[in-house]
Amino acid sequence: MKIVAICGAGIGSSGILKVNAERVLKKLDIEAEVTAVHLDSLEMANDAQVILTSAEFVERIGKTFADVIVIENFFDTNELTTKLEASLG
Amino acid sequence: MPLPVLADEAIELSATVEDWRAAVTLAGLVLVRSGAATPDYAHEMIRMIEEHGPYVVIAPGLALAHARPGPEVLADGLAIVTLAEPVNFGHPHNDPVSVVLALAIKTADSHLAAVADLANVFNDSNAIQALAAATSVAEVQAIMGGDS
Repeated sequence: MKIVAICGAGIGSSGILKVNAERVLKKLDIEAEVTAVHLDSLEMANDAQVILTSAEFVERIGKTFADVIVIENFFDTNELTTKLEASLG
Repeated sequence: MPLPVLADEAIELSATVEDWRAAVTLAGLVLVRSGAATPDYAHEMIRMIEEHGPYVVIAPGLALAHARPGPEVLADGLAIVTLAEPVNFGHPHNDPVSVVLALAIKTADSHLAAVADLANVFNDSNAIQALAAATSVAEVQAIMGGDS
């Protein structure tokens, strides 16, 4: 399973999504590789099953086979858990 | 880079700013003051928000301003600015913002340890309010933790 976290810079916000997604996935006992990428490296998301991002980037990400999950509060692991469970469960 | 204890000069409390640009500009100045960035880094952080929208408001009341690694970054660093009156960034869910973090990172590879530490601090949902209410630099340092 491949998951990418996307933000404008590829550091900071996407890094926080990566760290927290890894924590949640571990708790859910789901094995996945989570990568933080920035918008100019979207090709890295080509073979991802899930894309984690904020609402601003959904349009830029455009058409994709991945399930795009929009996160509102990057520090709320409950929100991440619920949305990842709904997507992967 | 594990998060070091925040230096006194990396913290600015109860600042009065007119709008989000002024808040990010001030956070950039604090990074300059603490030796992490050149004055141009503030422009880069503002440009990211102008280009991509208010996505840096990653939690209710909290903005994590940052730009890409580049020549404006002198050293890995974090600055914290709390606002006397919160300002709006135009985020649909997480406005208004009362705590602005500014993150400067030299290389993308080095940032995950620092970011993991930030997650440790802010996954506690009380941390943002506690920072916004802090009245001393020592209080902020206690909330942010880090290696001492």
